[in-house]
Amino acid sequence: MSLAGFGGVLVFARRAIVEQHRWMTAEEFNETFALCHFLPGPNIVNLTMVFGSRFRGLAGGLAAFTGLLGPPTTIMTVLATLYARFGDVDALRRILAGVSCVAVGLLLSVVFRMMMPLFRKRDAVGLVFLLAVFVAIGVARLPLATVLLVAVPISLAVTIVMRRRAT
Amino acid sequence: MNGEGNPLLTLAATFGLMSLFAVGGANSAVPEMHRVAVEVHHWLTDKQFADVFAISQLSPGPNVLIVTLIGYAVAGLGGALVATLAMCLPTALLAYGVSRFLGRSSHARWPAIVQAALVPLSIGLMAASGLVLGLASDRTWVAAAVTIGAAVAASLTRLNPLWLLAAGGCLGFIGLIG
Repeated sequence: MSLAGFGGVLVFARRAIVEQHRWMTAEEFNETFALCHFLPGPNIVNLTMVFGSRFRGLAGGLAAFTGLLGPPTTIMTVLATLYARFGDVDALRRILAGVSCVAVGLLLSVVFRMMMPLFRKRDAVGLVFLLAVFVAIGVARLPLATVLLVAVPISLAVTIVMRRRAT
Repeated sequence: MNGEGNPLLTLAATFGLMSLFAVGGANSAVPEMHRVAVEVHHWLTDKQFADVFAISQLSPGPNVLIVTLIGYAVAGLGGALVATLAMCLPTALLAYGVSRFLGRSSHARWPAIVQAALVPLSIGLMAASGLVLGLASDRTWVAAAVTIGAAVAASLTRLNPLWLLAAGGCLGFIGLIG
């Protein structure tokens, strides 16, 4: 499964876990994913760990973790070796330059897609937080830890206050 | 690489700490990786960082494995392994612990609140990733146009991203981009 995930493993993981093997129901999967999404770290890695541990405890979790990361890490290491050796070759440099332009474009389209719900809900507060983090990290280049230690508590407090007012 | 003690320890500490702040996945942490790897430690140049990101998007597996490439550039095989584990294992164990603590039956309201609070932040982080990487890889107007074209194509069509990446590679090969 780990090797199927070009540009993200999640879609494949869901298909295999929920639809093919029926190891989890769709609700269980969504709940587990929501949990792993708000915890820090790579979501899919966290999801794999939690999923594996449902079957065999910590050992199952570690087995799933190794299964997810082992093969692609090996491939990535081979690529890293090749890049270290041939990274200066002109043709490869040009190809990678083209690929990285597109890769940035793909990332932007994901950002765009994720922003749409905020616009649709006219979530002004959310958009302000989004913009503030963007400027702090992208423009001012402040350290991530500093920015989040300030932004997360404020965002949490605002969200809780707004929910209270809404109900 | 600079001579501040054992590079493996530096890698482990850097990525282990960073993973704890990677809300919303690996792409949110890209600006921080760039700041640390390019600006603080000078492990990679701007262009190399853009290359490494491109390779990580081209390859199978979770996107987080960009840290494997950074680790390799710093300290070879051991660096690749240490960086990957440092980025992935601590938070995976944390997720395991929290899920056991919550148990199966928990339908508490607070995960939804935390998520609602974090989503705008993580989108802001990913937008910053786009900016940082864009500045690193789009050195010409043509390159910027390719990025915008790819963003539009990916937003409007359901084309497999691999085709777009391959098209970018071809454009680069025939010498249109930097």
